[in-house]
Amino acid sequence: MKLIGMISIFWLFIVLVYGTSDFSAWGDPESPCNLHVSNYYIEHAMSDTSVPNIVTAILADYRGFDTMFETAVIFSAGIACFFLLRRPKYDAPEAVVFRHIQTGITLRIEKGGRLPKESDEFERIDTQWVPYDLVIQVTSRILVPFIQLFALYVVAHGHHSPGGGFQGGVIFGAAIILFAVSNTLRKTTHRVSEKRSAVLCAIGVLIYAGTGVCCLLAGGNFLDYSALSGLLGVDPVTARSHGIMMVEMGVGLAVTMVMIWIYYNLSSAGKQHEGL
Amino acid sequence: MDDMIAIILSKYNYWTVITLMMIGLYAMIVKNNLIKKIIGMNIFQTSIILFYVSMGMKKDATIPILEHHPGMQEHVYHAADYINPLPHVLMLTAIVVSVATLGVALSLALKVYDQYGTLEEDEINAKIRKASVKS
Amino acid sequence: MIWQVEFIILFLVIICGIAALWVKDLLSAAILFGAYSFMMCILWAVMGAVDVAFTEASVGAGVSTIFFVAAVFRTSRRTKD
Repeated sequence: MKLIGMISIFWLFIVLVYGTSDFSAWGDPESPCNLHVSNYYIEHAMSDTSVPNIVTAILADYRGFDTMFETAVIFSAGIACFFLLRRPKYDAPEAVVFRHIQTGITLRIEKGGRLPKESDEFERIDTQWVPYDLVIQVTSRILVPFIQLFALYVVAHGHHSPGGGFQGGVIFGAAIILFAVSNTLRKTTHRVSEKRSAVLCAIGVLIYAGTGVCCLLAGGNFLDYSALSGLLGVDPVTARSHGIMMVEMGVGLAVTMVMIWIYYNLSSAGKQHEGL
Repeated sequence: MDDMIAIILSKYNYWTVITLMMIGLYAMIVKNNLIKKIIGMNIFQTSIILFYVSMGMKKDATIPILEHHPGMQEHVYHAADYINPLPHVLMLTAIVVSVATLGVALSLALKVYDQYGTLEEDEINAKIRKASVKS
Repeated sequence: MIWQVEFIILFLVIICGIAALWVKDLLSAAILFGAYSFMMCILWAVMGAVDVAFTEASVGAGVSTIFFVAAVFRTSRRTKD
């Protein structure tokens, strides 16, 4: 197998390198892919949409239909992970471990045993318990709000600098994943439950599609934001800029929640009672 | 000699893309471990993205964010001054989709591990063969 | 764009890619793959694709490394090749 793979890959390499001889030189402004439609985008993005970052303008306005289905793909990937891994609730764990905080004694309660009442004296811990590292917990607790603030800045400032819904959403999801890694998965699911993340990521896709339907109802084409100018009370060019903002927020919400959702299912192998 | 250097300088980027692509393909064909195969798939994906980004490159051009400040309303932008933004848009969404597909691939690997207790492909094949002989 | 810088980064990308597939420890492979993604991100920033580089820095070096670590934590860490 190793030899066959090596030989076939070597031949493919030779053929592909031979194929590059027909390519235009690297960095050539006159190459075919740098002509035609992309020049229109560069020259008209500012006058059409008043968004200086051309990438954002194309992503959410000129090719908005494309991006809508990319968001739908990400949403369906989250659902696929859920259906592949999630175990039902009644599949109760073998044993639950509690720790008495003052004395440090751990209690192991087998399946069917009586669990201690909710109180400050006992806390539930993972079966493979590692003592909490104070440095990691405190540092990440300080870091998380700043990462979230930066993520919101990235979404809001995507018109004028690199950034946008996809990047900001991933950073926001990474902040919550950092919290889940430094603390326990249970603490995180207590704050952002799985049901909430699933509903919110569907709402994110819905915001995107709903913006398009609003344009349709206002008399324009699907995702033609200039039709919203009457609704928002601004001129058509600014309306397109605002429409891009609405769409980016939907994308950000969907991406954030899908990242968290996939992480919950992957790190706990679908059981969701103890994680990384 | 100068021709040779000119060819190398204008094509070395594409050759790197092909090298990375072949590394990824080799891992997908030959490697025995499922996680290694997934890493190979991701290397293949990033090499394609690198190919698109280097296609959109322009010499003596700046990043695709238009210069703007008050009093520039009548300014005319020239396409040759800015790098082609279209491949960037296509690849930006491709990266985020790639992480979503990575999640699906890893959950499939987790499911396989649940079923067979190993991630090595030959051991999984042996177990499947044994089960089919028994039945 | 300075071609010497780019040459060094291209070389490092290939080294990181081979190393991620070479090591026998899957956790090290995950971390090396994160390093590979970060080198790729620098390369795209050098080529002027700032949005793509930003996405790769947050996705490739951040979230996908965590996904790999989570999957390795739930399965086995050692491998034969």
